[in-house]
Amino acid sequence: MSHPTRHRVLPGFRLSLGFSWFYLGLIVLIPLSSLFLRTFSLSWEEFWGTVTTPRALAAYRLSFGASLAAALANVVFGLLVAWVLVRYRFPGRDVLESLVDLPFALPTAVAGLTLTTLFSAKGWYGQYLEALGLKVAYTSVGVAIALTFIGLPFVVRTVQPVLEDIDVDVEEAAATLGSSPWQTFRRVLFPALFPALLSGFTLAFARALGEYGSVVFISGNMPLRTEIVPLLIITRLEQYDYAGATAIAIVMLGASFSLLLAVNLLHRWSQRRLEARPGA
Amino acid sequence: MHPSTLVLRRSARSLSGPAFVRWGLIGAAVLLLGVFLIVPLVAVFTFAFQKGWEAYVSALTHPTALAAMRLTLLAAAIAVPFNLVFGLAASWLIARFQFRGRSLLMTLIDLPFSVSPVIAGLIFVLLFGRQGWLGPWLLDHDVRVIFAVPGIVLATVFVTFPFVAREVLPVMEAQGSDEEEAALTLGASGWRTFLVVTLPKVKWGVLYGVILCNARAMGEFGAVSVVSGHVRGVTTTLPLHAEILYNEYDLAGAFAVASLLTLLALVTLVVKKFVEWRSQPS
Repeated sequence: MSHPTRHRVLPGFRLSLGFSWFYLGLIVLIPLSSLFLRTFSLSWEEFWGTVTTPRALAAYRLSFGASLAAALANVVFGLLVAWVLVRYRFPGRDVLESLVDLPFALPTAVAGLTLTTLFSAKGWYGQYLEALGLKVAYTSVGVAIALTFIGLPFVVRTVQPVLEDIDVDVEEAAATLGSSPWQTFRRVLFPALFPALLSGFTLAFARALGEYGSVVFISGNMPLRTEIVPLLIITRLEQYDYAGATAIAIVMLGASFSLLLAVNLLHRWSQRRLEARPGA
Repeated sequence: MHPSTLVLRRSARSLSGPAFVRWGLIGAAVLLLGVFLIVPLVAVFTFAFQKGWEAYVSALTHPTALAAMRLTLLAAAIAVPFNLVFGLAASWLIARFQFRGRSLLMTLIDLPFSVSPVIAGLIFVLLFGRQGWLGPWLLDHDVRVIFAVPGIVLATVFVTFPFVAREVLPVMEAQGSDEEEAALTLGASGWRTFLVVTLPKVKWGVLYGVILCNARAMGEFGAVSVVSGHVRGVTTTLPLHAEILYNEYDLAGAFAVASLLTLLALVTLVVKKFVEWRSQPS
């Protein structure tokens, strides 16, 4: 796999090594370390007091709850969309296939403005939902909807290549052996898709936790009720409470890092399990 | 193409069973994407033009809108080239050499993606803000970074950091280095080899990385919002300008600005499609 002696024939090792680490340090590592250094200036009691105020706890609850709901919705939606795009041909398929990435390409503020206007009491969607007694704009439901929009492409794009690789013969064999479509899905397809669903879920969840632009318009930003963690950080900052902003940022950063780490481990575990299966 | 369609037909029959299941699933997916993607797209342009073409043009040619456009272009014009050079250097390094810290470097490149945009803004406030580490020094020398243009540029560079490296690295790894070694053996210099042999091989990956990097640079909201201070016409980028207009209940104006950013997103998707089409193995 690696041929260090052969590859050292190529020039530019020292230059690219030096530049890559220098630029990474300057743009990413030094600025990020300022976050940790600032936290160390707080005593443990101060830190704990800052990150466990009722307002902060309410913000964690909303951010985690809405992100979890959005990521779960994305698993269902993503699987459906990936399945339809891979397995069926129908008019307009190519357009939809390209549009799936829209939430990645569209600036988050535009998404926020548009969803808020659509779901507000007089909006295109809001007027009908309001008639049904469902308020979306300026509630936690609105937060979850904005986060679902943002995370939509993740599961589609992780599941799609796996689904394309699955040999339809396997499904046909299962069907020939008398399994129902549901059994085929549960016993044959789902185990193969599980790692991809899981990483799509986590990517969507992690992205939703930190998301700001699309949420801040639709949430209404009422402390204790519809205030997400990133907004609380900004509020603290605007009050020149740098230490408070930093402490909450550390909690959030820790949460998203452990989430991504957990997924990496789970991913490896499920990969090993899949490889260990006889015949797989 | 043809054999695969045949297989698809077969599979549709075998697994999804009756046609009503197939069309039910297609209908559900189309409805979902329609509600979440297509209607919002239509809505942006409908709201932008609700007061007519003249109001649309005047919203976009207002001095503060033009200033926001200039700042957005400036931030992207700095962030994209810097991250392009880094992306090329880092992918060359990781794809071509084995060295200590290689996998650490790969992990760290993706770091800005797992940091909330708000935290990306916060770290620069902690460094350069009035109470920041370098704040007193900057104040003495009358240099403003936070609530000024340099802070916006820095935050933009940070959030768009991984894009080019991420797209170019897999392409470069897949290509191998036989041609480069041949060029070098024939006496070409290192730079010449890179420019004439390597760059053309990875050009579609580079283009894709650049277009994604640019879209994010021009559309970034959270990080820029933290460091901007929202000084109208001075430190407002296009997304921030749209926010200000929206908060002032100028819906048509806000969506006029948003429609520009939406066009940018659509162009990005078209280029992505084009790159995928061009780089497909024939």
